Amino acid sequence: MNIFVQQFINFLQLGSIYALNAISFSMVYGIAGLVNFAHGSFFGISMYVLFFISTLLFQLIESTWIVYVIALIGASIVTSLVAVIVEKAAYSPLKNAPKIAVVVSSVGAGMALEYLILNIWGSKAKRMPDLIPNVTFKIADINVPLFKIMIVVIAIVTMIVLTLVIKKTKLGTAMRAVSQDRVAAGFMGIATNRVVSMSFVFGAVLATIAASLYGTAYTIFAYNVGENIIWWSFIAAVLGGIGSIGGSVVGGFIIAGISILAPIVLPVSSYKDIVAFAVLIIVLLVKPTGLLGKKSIEKI
Amino acid sequence: MKRLLMIALCLLVLLAFVAGCSNNAQTPEDESPSAPASDDEDMGDEDAATGGGVIYFGLNYELTGANPIIGESSVKGIDMAVDEINAAGGIVIDGETYTLDYKALDNGFNTDEAAVNAQEFADDAGICAMIGPNDSDMCMATQAIVTEEGLPAISPWSTLVELTDSPWYFRACFTDDFQGEILAKYAFEYEDAKTAAVLYDMSNPYNEGIATRFREVYEEIGGEVVEYLSYNGKTGETDFTSQMTKIASAQPDILLLPNFYEEIITQTTQARDMGYEGKFMGSDTWGDTSLLEWDTENLLDGALWVGHYHKDVASDAALAFIENYHELYGTDGDPNDIVALNYDAVYLLKLAIENAQSYDREAIRDGLMSIETYEGVTGTMTFDNGNGDPTKSAVIIQISDGEFKYLDTVQP
Repeated sequence: MNIFVQQFINFLQLGSIYALNAISFSMVYGIAGLVNFAHGSFFGISMYVLFFISTLLFQLIESTWIVYVIALIGASIVTSLVAVIVEKAAYSPLKNAPKIAVVVSSVGAGMALEYLILNIWGSKAKRMPDLIPNVTFKIADINVPLFKIMIVVIAIVTMIVLTLVIKKTKLGTAMRAVSQDRVAAGFMGIATNRVVSMSFVFGAVLATIAASLYGTAYTIFAYNVGENIIWWSFIAAVLGGIGSIGGSVVGGFIIAGISILAPIVLPVSSYKDIVAFAVLIIVLLVKPTGLLGKKSIEKI
Repeated sequence: MKRLLMIALCLLVLLAFVAGCSNNAQTPEDESPSAPASDDEDMGDEDAATGGGVIYFGLNYELTGANPIIGESSVKGIDMAVDEINAAGGIVIDGETYTLDYKALDNGFNTDEAAVNAQEFADDAGICAMIGPNDSDMCMATQAIVTEEGLPAISPWSTLVELTDSPWYFRACFTDDFQGEILAKYAFEYEDAKTAAVLYDMSNPYNEGIATRFREVYEEIGGEVVEYLSYNGKTGETDFTSQMTKIASAQPDILLLPNFYEEIITQTTQARDMGYEGKFMGSDTWGDTSLLEWDTENLLDGALWVGHYHKDVASDAALAFIENYHELYGTDGDPNDIVALNYDAVYLLKLAIENAQSYDREAIRDGLMSIETYEGVTGTMTFDNGNGDPTKSAVIIQISDGEFKYLDTVQP
């Protein structure tokens, strides 16, 4: 019983982090119409900025929460700036180019950023300071660190806020309009370029929030941290139906479920990757748009 | 026009990436005090090796990729040894003095690139031998090439048993069999651990080799391995909570983590979070002081690992080496095992050349085989096993009060 509860908490933690990253992927795909492979590098930049701001602030401020909030805001701004620059430099000019050019461009931008991180901050791994107070509750023989609860809470709050922004605000309406039909949205007077840039900002902020949770949960990271997270998040997004926010959440939790369950159920714990990819292939065979993805009709 | 612009942009991004890559491959050479020969044009032909009185070896190292600290440490050790040898008058062959220099190629912690580098060294007649790679996985990718081409190679840090199946491969360290056996015996006999669990990265033969040997020996002497779990490090896994929950529910006396030090804090933190209360044990990949720096919660207090040397039992040569390291690279932290082993690897090469009185590839191999004893930083080595494995001792190191403390020396 205890093991079950513990594993369930592990599942929620991992699922939350995958889901947030998958949403970033999905949003940019839905609105800008491109798979942003540079997302992993945005995630990496967020990690480093969070690390530097929080390390600095912890020398001045004692309250973990205040440091966390300031670091989160600072890192969001920096990462958003980088994201918008990448969008303007590497994607926007390719708006009318074949899709493969944008894919190559995004992979290139991602790698360039990753090596930029390596050159600026070096190869030595870093330890993220505890961004959430290091307290562990013992509830009926089960160890529950506070950060695990907070990761789930922060992820849920972020998803609710994001949904509200998309459903209720003017910007959100514009985003949905662009996602449905970019040309028509332009005719209706929506500044489509700005909306696309905003989707990158949203993606960057989500990446920063995810990075703060990841850093708290797994502490040690190096310049290639984004590379590792990107594939699972991408798979989660595709599995759930890329472009659909609900789908990304479902995909994130399915991948997390496999990660947690596989080592328990399978005789060899490292078989989980095989299972995850097998599930992905099966889902795509049955429903090529992903679990919650909508079929879009390509118009000529 | 737009299409042209697009092509130009794509090219620009590509260029930025290429520039990023090559820039980064050159970094250590730019920074290294010895400024080794790095341009292909400068060498790569017989003239470079004979005419200028310079002997070149190739360094195949892990500067970028998943574990860049390996490459950084490697080049530090190499530079120290090369500079020292040259400052002391170089290498004398038949009364003629040669200086030692190297050509470095980054393998990006990638087996394909490690193999390409080895091939490049093999094809370059000006290269007398290869040092590196350090990681077992990378080494195995080069094994067939060095064997076929007859290029003597010394891996400073690869402890994988099969490596020296090739008559051209040598190493400066002990083997995984030795390491796994020491860990098992030490856990059972000295730590009185009757049950153990293992969590290892199955994507690297190094980790797998130690895990396998540990289980074999541990069960043979009467211990019980209650959980034997793995993960795939190639996918950058950082969530081990599922495995740790299983381990915590079995509560073994010892948890062996024969993995890279960068993963250890994450693994031990998760083990404790999941309620594991026993001791941690590790392999020689734990030997970097970053581990202590990151261990802010003292989770590793009491943990044991097998290392190659320790300053408390260091020879005079090793003490001088540590002092010299501090002078060159600052005093934060002592040189790790990789620095020390790379340093020793260069001296092994020097000894081999001196023994053979030639820097012909085959002569170097025979020279390495004929090294009777070498008093290195990492201990005394003899190549008397009929292959490239030195006979040398290991040290057991315990983490306590945020330091690596010497506990014991184990003779083979």
